[in-house]
Amino acid sequence: MTVVLKNVGKIFAARQKEPLTAIDDISASISRGEFLCILGPSGCGKTTLLRMIGGLDHPTSGEIIVEGTPVTGPDPRLAMIFQEYSLYPWRTVRANVGFGLQMRGIAVPEREEIVNRFIRLVGLEGFGDSYPYELSGGMRQRVAVARALATDPAVLLMDEPFGALDAQTRNRMQKELLLIWEKTKKTVIFVTHSVDEAVYLADRIIVLSPRPGQIAGTYDVDIPRPRDRTSIEFATLRRDVLELIDRLDERQ
Amino acid sequence: MKWYLKIIPLLFILVAWEIVSVILNNPFILPEPASVAAVLMKPTADILGSGSILENSRLSIWRVALGFGLAVACAVPAGIIIGRYQIIEDLVNPIIQLFRPIPPLAWVPLALAWFKIGLPSMVFIIFIGSFFPILINSIDGVRRVNRTWIETASIYGAKGWKLLVYVILPAAAPAIWTGLRVGFGVAWMCVVAAEMLPGTTSGIGYLIMYSYNWGQVQVIIAGMIIIGIIGIGVDILFRAVEKRKFQWQEMNR
Repeated sequence: MTVVLKNVGKIFAARQKEPLTAIDDISASISRGEFLCILGPSGCGKTTLLRMIGGLDHPTSGEIIVEGTPVTGPDPRLAMIFQEYSLYPWRTVRANVGFGLQMRGIAVPEREEIVNRFIRLVGLEGFGDSYPYELSGGMRQRVAVARALATDPAVLLMDEPFGALDAQTRNRMQKELLLIWEKTKKTVIFVTHSVDEAVYLADRIIVLSPRPGQIAGTYDVDIPRPRDRTSIEFATLRRDVLELIDRLDERQ
Repeated sequence: MKWYLKIIPLLFILVAWEIVSVILNNPFILPEPASVAAVLMKPTADILGSGSILENSRLSIWRVALGFGLAVACAVPAGIIIGRYQIIEDLVNPIIQLFRPIPPLAWVPLALAWFKIGLPSMVFIIFIGSFFPILINSIDGVRRVNRTWIETASIYGAKGWKLLVYVILPAAAPAIWTGLRVGFGVAWMCVVAAEMLPGTTSGIGYLIMYSYNWGQVQVIIAGMIIIGIIGIGVDILFRAVEKRKFQWQEMNR
């Protein structure tokens, strides 16, 4: 198991209000190379959960273990990709992709070589010297993916990375992400509120219920890739997941 | 904007000036543009034994450079520290809020009492004038650094000075630069005002005050035009750098 969540909970203490239980007793194991989607409506604490795995937030109870050792803060074994505005606009694509390596003190010749390899991997050859503002939203997220992969993390954490993109770009990015995932064999934990996206991408989907965030259901997705969104299996699973989410909504 | 649109109002003022000066026919109230132009055409000529326009401008610029440089050296680091640590901001904010609204010229008597007439008191006034705009913009710039940028950096293990040098400073640089531009503008106004104080014997501010005593209104106006031109010139330089270096800021959204 690459990532193990043991009874993870998160309570936000609020002044003059009831403490808010964002995450309540979540346990799960994610195996090496797995593509896991965490799916849920907004406010279900999925981003909080991902941030805790990435070491940006700390659980108030339970434990998160990555490759046998607990996560206590930002960790080189984990790289996170945010929804948007995570690229440094004063840095070129090349300098952005190399950021993590630079922070780790990798010497320039080696860094350059790695950077070029990952720029190629995400299909951005020829854009190395461009600035983020010269790129489209989809290209920017490819830079963010390349930057994360360049540091060779064990686990890639993605927080609705395609949420700000238009539908077409989003579909293309999903396809490309799967190709990259197949090439690099990384463990991916991908947070989204789009059922369609989760069914298209995941090996397994964990559905979270809102307030408190708990696991409401788990789906193994055995549809072979590349998945056809118009196929019957795809539609059936999407319907099942949507039904669960509707039930959660009614419960509210 | 078409360039000739910028010229039209200037021409209008010039023509109106010419007409009014001819009607008034009193060079002690409003000299003709031509006599002011004559002064401006000879920037190296000595004026009433107090040096040339060029020499005096150079002195004023030098004074501003000292006071402004000192303010930058103090306000930028202070702003970064204050913007970075909430506790320090809570501690010093009342002081900043109290001192900021005091006009730099209100410090003049105190400056004279402490430093006597001369370069140090002028540098002090300029320092006070430019310190606060630089400080406040630096604090603001550091505090507004996009949280995702900082979190991304911490994901990749950047902390301490690396976080400062590679993320905080470049991210806050446009705001700091704006502070420098505004601060310089204030510094330039301060030096001219400080040079008008009794006891000063040089500088472009002194020159126009001295010319007033001798009824040389055309020199006063020429001096004012020079003050304006230098002010605009430096501002244009600041903006040019801003456009080249911080282009990302406007294109980012």
